[in-house]
Amino acid sequence: MANEVVLLDFWPSMFGIRVRIALAEKGVKYEYKEEDLKNKSPLLLQMNPVHKKIPVLIHNGRPFCESPIIVQYIDEVWKDKAPLLPSDPYQRAQARFWVDFIDKKMYDSLRKTWTTKGEEQEAAKKEFFEVLKTLEGQLGDKPFFGGDNFGYVDLSLIPFYCWFYTYETCGKFNVEAECPKFIAWVKRCLQRETVAKALPDGKKVFEFVSAMRTNLGLE
Amino acid sequence: MAEEVKLLKTWSSPFGLRAFWILKLKGVQFDFIDEDLSNKSPLLLQSNPVYKKVPVLIHNGKPISESLVILEYVDETWKQNPLLPEDPYERARARFWAKFGDDKVLASIWNAFIKQGKEQEEAIGLAIETLKFLEEELKGKRFFGGEKIGLPDLALGWLANLIGVFEEVIGVKLIEKERFPLLSAWMQEFAEAPVIKESWPPHEKLVTKFRAIREPYVAAAAQPK
Repeated sequence: MANEVVLLDFWPSMFGIRVRIALAEKGVKYEYKEEDLKNKSPLLLQMNPVHKKIPVLIHNGRPFCESPIIVQYIDEVWKDKAPLLPSDPYQRAQARFWVDFIDKKMYDSLRKTWTTKGEEQEAAKKEFFEVLKTLEGQLGDKPFFGGDNFGYVDLSLIPFYCWFYTYETCGKFNVEAECPKFIAWVKRCLQRETVAKALPDGKKVFEFVSAMRTNLGLE
Repeated sequence: MAEEVKLLKTWSSPFGLRAFWILKLKGVQFDFIDEDLSNKSPLLLQSNPVYKKVPVLIHNGKPISESLVILEYVDETWKQNPLLPEDPYERARARFWAKFGDDKVLASIWNAFIKQGKEQEEAIGLAIETLKFLEEELKGKRFFGGEKIGLPDLALGWLANLIGVFEEVIGVKLIEKERFPLLSAWMQEFAEAPVIKESWPPHEKLVTKFRAIREPYVAAAAQPK
């Protein structure tokens, strides 16, 4: 049976980027379909009727939604190459815990750094740095969150980096100054071809966000 | 080495109950401690420094936190009575519904529980819309896991007893049998399943607890604006 893989996505979405990296790590050929989130395609609405969100992976006609679930699926199906999750159950549990932590903590605090002003923005910045410090603590002296090898947690976190230029410019802060270890980890990830190719340029993301901020009355 | 399994939970937490259920369903020997969250034990604080919450599973001294993570860990470590199917597509679906339960169902029902007046009406409407997805998913199935209890059943299991508690406190029926025949049947079947039926926290005690939790929201809404 032909292996047909389609990805419904939106170019700056950090959740979509996770899936792109996972597919690239596994060497899977797929068709990329860019969604206009203001005008969602019938295919997207049909494949993700519950959330109507991207990313959606469609494998041989069957839909998969929610990026952590999609990435775990990819890891289970294309299991002969580049394992993303550890094989030990305890290590797997730790990896799942940290991806869940990233999803609970990174997105909301970061979003507020560019959608709010004044006190609310300051509080968001503070929260963001606390999250980064916690992650730095977890990384420790390891090259990657997965240990010696790039893995599930690294893949789930690195996509946020293409938004850093935006956060730093809107929020007027510098991540490298506060969290050099974190940026060192970022640079190691960017040395991987799969990551470098999947991440859009930070300035391009900033241009896109600037247009949105103008609409929100923040510029 | 002797296997040491310890579960930190509370008497009422639905998240702790999930972990309790899976350990019992698998026949794992374990100890549990019901924490007093106003006076958290050093063990809890040390085992879950990130969130300082229950449940925490401690297996041979190694802690695991977050109930859905615990469920998958237990399922992978003790292979009897598997909770997740073998097929990757079915596994993804099981994880999807478990996550939907926590992200959407729980949040929408909690809103219906704490909000007042017009806001409550809207929240109830939204909760019902969310529950319709569950009703749809149960078509042709006895449990969310199919013929037997699976990951999404354990994740959504809190509905089977807490809905009744919430409905009693707010005086509104959220899951009506006519509107949700499959979900109502599932709640009953799940509540009476072996292991599950012996584990429910006492109903009256839960009503008292949640009534007290709701008080400040009621009082705030009654304040003249």
